[in-house]
Amino acid sequence: MDPVISIRPLLAVAVAGLAALAVLLLNKREKLRDLVSPLAAIAMFAIVASMAPTVLAGGTVDLRLFEILPGIDFAFRVDALGMVFATVSSLLWIVAAIYSIGYMRHLKEHAQTRFFACFATSLAAAVGGAFAANLFTLVIFYEVLSLVTYPLVYHHEDEEGWAGSRKYLVYLMGASKSVLLAALALTYHITGSLDFVSGGLLARVDASPSLLTVVYFCYLFGFAKAAVMPMHAWLPAAMVAPTPVSALLHAVAVVKMGVFCVLRVVFHVFGPGLVGGLGLGIATAYLVSFTILMASIYALTRDDLKARLAYSTVSQLSYVVLGAVLLSPVAMVGGIIHIAAHAFSKITLFFCAGSIYCASGKRNISDMAGIGRRLPWTMGAFFVASLSMIGVPPTAGFVSKWYLTLGSVQAGEMVFLIVLLASSVLNAAYFLPVSYVAFFGAEAPETPAAVQEIPMVTVPLVATAILSVLMGIFPGYFLALAEGVVR
Amino acid sequence: MTFPLLSLVVFVPAAGAAVLLFLRNDDAVRWTALGFTVVDFALSVAMLVGFDTTTHEMQFTETRPWVPALGITYALGVDGISALFVFLTALLGWICVLASWVAIDRKVKEFMVSLLSMQALMLGVFCALDLFLFYVFWEAMLIPMYLIIGVWGGDGRVYAAFKFFLYTLAGSLLFLIGVIVLYFHGGETFDILALTAQDLPFRIQSWLFFAFLIAFAVKVPMVPVHTWLPDAHVQAPTAGSIILAGVLLKMGAYGFLRFSLPMLPEASVYYSTLMLALSALAIVYGGFLALAQDDLKKLVAYSSISHMGFVTMGIFALNPRGLEGGILQMFNHGVTTGALFLFVGLIYERTHTRSIADYGGLMKVAPVYTVFLALFTLSSMALPGTNSFVGELLVLSGGFAANLAVGAVAILGALLGAAYLLGMYRKVALGPASVGARYKIRDVNAREMAAILPLAVFVLWLGLYPKPFLNVIDASVKHLLTQVHGKGSGQ
Repeated sequence: MDPVISIRPLLAVAVAGLAALAVLLLNKREKLRDLVSPLAAIAMFAIVASMAPTVLAGGTVDLRLFEILPGIDFAFRVDALGMVFATVSSLLWIVAAIYSIGYMRHLKEHAQTRFFACFATSLAAAVGGAFAANLFTLVIFYEVLSLVTYPLVYHHEDEEGWAGSRKYLVYLMGASKSVLLAALALTYHITGSLDFVSGGLLARVDASPSLLTVVYFCYLFGFAKAAVMPMHAWLPAAMVAPTPVSALLHAVAVVKMGVFCVLRVVFHVFGPGLVGGLGLGIATAYLVSFTILMASIYALTRDDLKARLAYSTVSQLSYVVLGAVLLSPVAMVGGIIHIAAHAFSKITLFFCAGSIYCASGKRNISDMAGIGRRLPWTMGAFFVASLSMIGVPPTAGFVSKWYLTLGSVQAGEMVFLIVLLASSVLNAAYFLPVSYVAFFGAEAPETPAAVQEIPMVTVPLVATAILSVLMGIFPGYFLALAEGVVR
Repeated sequence: MTFPLLSLVVFVPAAGAAVLLFLRNDDAVRWTALGFTVVDFALSVAMLVGFDTTTHEMQFTETRPWVPALGITYALGVDGISALFVFLTALLGWICVLASWVAIDRKVKEFMVSLLSMQALMLGVFCALDLFLFYVFWEAMLIPMYLIIGVWGGDGRVYAAFKFFLYTLAGSLLFLIGVIVLYFHGGETFDILALTAQDLPFRIQSWLFFAFLIAFAVKVPMVPVHTWLPDAHVQAPTAGSIILAGVLLKMGAYGFLRFSLPMLPEASVYYSTLMLALSALAIVYGGFLALAQDDLKKLVAYSSISHMGFVTMGIFALNPRGLEGGILQMFNHGVTTGALFLFVGLIYERTHTRSIADYGGLMKVAPVYTVFLALFTLSSMALPGTNSFVGELLVLSGGFAANLAVGAVAILGALLGAAYLLGMYRKVALGPASVGARYKIRDVNAREMAAILPLAVFVLWLGLYPKPFLNVIDASVKHLLTQVHGKGSGQ
């Protein structure tokens, strides 16, 4: 099927970029300014969705802008893998944009213009990365995403904010300016190109296996946004950001950009054949299994709800990588759809944490006893999303975990079956107590009577909870895309 | 005789300097200097537009006899490599005038005369095709630069100017000896192209290589002959720093490209590993030095040592990507580090302190300044999307091809770059402490913006669409490589 040439990939990026500009210009007119983000989000989602039929039919949407270096273009190519990431990001931006307005207004946060402008730019970067046709274009958007989320992390400008944001930038930039840079330069040196190629760019050339192994691990750790241990510490540090940031960016756009890049490397830079041939698949699988289990254990020990969610994200991201490197088709599908499944559920959980904070000012789980009776919708949604994280049918998490477990059986690697099951038990162990305490715990006597749901915050989180279930029941769209990648 | 475009490019600033001598009013001096440098820039643009990118031959050539008895001619011409630097020099010329507008408030006329003379001489170096003429321009540059640092510099200006003078003079003397040896071994001519065509025995090449190495290494500067640079930068007025970083440091690398590589190909290949190792040393050592600075200007100065290490590494990788990347990085470094010195100068005019510890929270009082500072800081650390990343990727890719270990060491330098630049930016622009409480700071005005904007344009242009610039150097780079390997591969 011939690629469709269209300006729409660029348009999707531009909508969010222009939205950021509009937010800056409407600095003084709050009502209008707040209207910009939801409208841009809807427009972006519509543009992304308009390309879905082509991609589902096995085609691509291409836009080549100009040549940067011989063998390197600034170019977009919308394919199935990019479509998964872009659909999730743009769809959830709509909900998150509404949630952000409710959250920021309720807490009377400062610097809201900067907040919304950076937020919109982050989305432009995420979707730009999803649609990038080569490593060069991808890395540009990857770095823009690191930079524009930095002010969102230091948003509160208190000591905690400066310390957390510093760690954030040190990890992300440190990884990109060292191992990632080396990987890019070596790839360009070996192949003379940085294009994504079906079956693998590096698979086409003859290079020394030890050098390729080095390049591979440089990518794996260089894309620190994937948070494979030990490159994970920036994620809990980023939790000093306002909750909408943690929700859409540090559970969806930023971290998914990381695993998306790793998948690109596995599928289109090395190619599954080469990854398997070099024995890197299994090595990576053990590495990320360690991350899956270790991060869950960390999560168990955290009383701060957002910190617990952050470590849970670290763990869940490695599911995606695990699915890819098991190299069996079913596992790959599982890994890819877990991008969506985890996004819907984890954003719900973060929204809930923000809702609790807005309504009651509480951040620690131990203080949340009985809060479910004050915030029934919030805690109900939290429970549904928890089930999805654990992998209980009929939620989204069940579908992806089903494919992952089936995939590890197909790959003949029972060890990872055990890892997945153990991880599910751990997920239950750190999520269910939250719901239990919230609904059945005795409320502290001094709780103020004013704790109640805030509509503009609650409606979005109920919506994402419903999405988590809907994807469990109708996973067809994402499954079709994932199968398109693997095919 | 065709239109003498290059002579005009070289001598318009000199004519400007002569005109300035007759002016009395400081403002008239400023506007006249700006007028002449802008005209010169327009001429350089005309040259670049008319440049034929398909050939490596010298273009816009002019030849007139000068001292026929000694075979000395007045010969000018540019190939792709020198054309790019003629353009850069002319661009930074008027930016320097703008940067000195209020910063220089005494002996304005004398300053502008020095600045414009400097400009003419630097352009002469890039255009000269006669070795004697080249040497005259090369040596004469020292005088206006010495004056700019020594008269209009900071408190330690005399020491810094003297140190600068001594270092470069020592290097130049070796270069002079090399020139004389070349003259007698190369058939008693000063014609650079004829000398390039000579086949010198390896032993002579080796001696000349080291004579040139010391001369050029001082200018680049390479470790361990770099110690004049921080002193000169810190003491020099803003325009002096921009010229130093933007153009003068390029002279050394240009020397390698114009003399060492094509005239001494076998020695260049033979000693390339040594040169790569020295480059890696400069990258990492310069990076660590920059990391340790509290003085803004020193930090940028030491970062130059590291960045120029990337340039020499690219050049001595002796492959197409490395060489193109090295030349591109020379241009990028001129734009980006020139801009950073401009920014240090702008803030120093307001606060009279360069200590990073005195700053913090600048974003709140001068948002436009800090946003553009961010752009140039990111460009300096070679963030993807900016000019330096393209160059860095090429240099590293070429460096890895030449020597994996050297490439790996250079990566460490890139990491250090991110560390000291982002650290500097965070401490100056962000953070809790507010510099606005201690100093009265206004944001950039229109004149300052006029100097900043063109540099910002080049940062993004070269970052996203470097092709027009690469096209200019492409044919010359390929030709240079055949000169090196064509002759060197026989060994």
